[in-house]
Amino acid sequence: MNAALVIIGLATLGALALGLAARRGVSMTLEQWTVGGRGFGGLLVFLLTAGEIYTTFTFLGGSGWAYGRGAPTYYILAYGSLAYVMSYWLLPPIWRYAKRERLLSQPHFFSHKYDSQWLGVLVAAVGVVALVPYLVLQFQGLGIIVSVASYGAISPTLAIWIGAATVTIYVMTSGMHGVAWNAAVKDALILAVVIFLGIYLPVHYYGGIGDMFRAIDAAKPGFLAFKPTGQSVLWFQSTVLLTALGFFMWPHAFSAILTSKREQSFRRNAALLPLYQLILLFAFFCGFAAIMQVPGLTGTKADEALLRLSIQSFDPWFVGVIGAAGVMTALVPGSIILISAATLLANDVLRPLRPELSDSAVGLTARALVPLIALLAVYFTLDNPPTLVALLLMGYAFVTQLFPALVCSLLPRNPMTKYGAAAGIIVGVVVVAVVTETKVGFADMLPFLPARVGDINVGFAALILNVIAAALVSLATRPAPAAAAASSS
Amino acid sequence: MAAVRWLAALPFLGILVGTAFVNQVEPLVFGMPFVLAWIVGWVVIGAAAMAIVYALDPINAAPEGEAEGERQ
Repeated sequence: MNAALVIIGLATLGALALGLAARRGVSMTLEQWTVGGRGFGGLLVFLLTAGEIYTTFTFLGGSGWAYGRGAPTYYILAYGSLAYVMSYWLLPPIWRYAKRERLLSQPHFFSHKYDSQWLGVLVAAVGVVALVPYLVLQFQGLGIIVSVASYGAISPTLAIWIGAATVTIYVMTSGMHGVAWNAAVKDALILAVVIFLGIYLPVHYYGGIGDMFRAIDAAKPGFLAFKPTGQSVLWFQSTVLLTALGFFMWPHAFSAILTSKREQSFRRNAALLPLYQLILLFAFFCGFAAIMQVPGLTGTKADEALLRLSIQSFDPWFVGVIGAAGVMTALVPGSIILISAATLLANDVLRPLRPELSDSAVGLTARALVPLIALLAVYFTLDNPPTLVALLLMGYAFVTQLFPALVCSLLPRNPMTKYGAAAGIIVGVVVVAVVTETKVGFADMLPFLPARVGDINVGFAALILNVIAAALVSLATRPAPAAAAASSS
Repeated sequence: MAAVRWLAALPFLGILVGTAFVNQVEPLVFGMPFVLAWIVGWVVIGAAAMAIVYALDPINAAPEGEAEGERQ
């Protein structure tokens, strides 16, 4: 038992205690459990919508990609910024409509807007499919953090089981209330740790940030700019646009929107969150600093770069603090994802199939599903997954397929019919699934186009086919003008 | 207000279009490779643009339920 492990263990217990304590004084109806009774103020909403920024994905995945790939990691800084700009106009109408109709989830939103329960079920299914890789990502990060920071005393497998059990217990007990306070602790801890590391490591090993980049540029020419092919500028552009559009399409991001007490919070956060996101730079710096200091980590091992360099640089107790921060970045988003997936299955898939169920039965079902979903994610995590960033990009490619139907539904007169929306979503998701599974590139499908086109993110290609399918089917199924006027309200 | 809204398009142009023209390491800016510094710069400009939009948008001046700590 070393100092690092003790500190990580205490942090995990602390998170559990805080999660359980948050339950006090709240009667856990489904609305309380899943969107915190829609009563969270500006700061908590800020932290919940910012939750996306500081997950294990950015902490380990961002630094891991800086270490293993170089320039492509810059995309992580860019997409959130564009998403927040859009959020100023996108989120208030979503929030207003959801509040008026007392909606609990994203599929709920679609089924109300399009007046089709089956569209809601489809959206819920897409959400769950996209959430699983995201949950796998958090568990995988947990495994890396605990096993590396315990100097190998705890195996990744055991770490994943402990982490999954912790999240499951407090999510089942406290729901969104448990997450909110842990989100505050997590952000404070990770901010302090990442800023410190991002400045200390380059200065300690290279003399400064500029000196570090000069050394890397000399050792690996071309590593710090986008390549001419592969992960080129075109890849960057299409990936940033895809992920920016998908940013608020995550079911849990939707839930975070619904926790707000006022719509003003979103507009103010649109100016604040991009700055908050700049802290990501320091995570990149850690990954870049590791390149010449802990060389030779390839494939998924690149995700360990930040931790390996920390172990080489600091005493075990401080490695424990870094590990504790890392554990929080996996536990908090992990629990938000679990709440979302469980609510989706209980409220948006089961309820339409069994309308006679009472609210409390659906609420209980949601909580009972939590351990099952956690088990499924543990299974996939142990089953040899790809790097953290690859997992997230896969999830993004799925959820972004919901964007066209959502935006159209916010227009005063929705040009898309429910059949068009469903056709677009199905086409988009199928294209992403086929391409991910078979690894067929764009260039293979469309050989007559210039080779450069192959660099475009496949999710973006799917999105274009999605829009085309939605437009064609909407035209074919457009109701008579009188009916259209009636349904556009 | 309507004209001010176009400020929001700036970061899209800078990041999605501009990056294609600045894909280079030298010169380092604040110690960062030029293309990274370019993206960082647009993130900051985007935040500033949204702060201006927020300040000038009349919808934020209207009191909404209880008072929120307004930014100037």
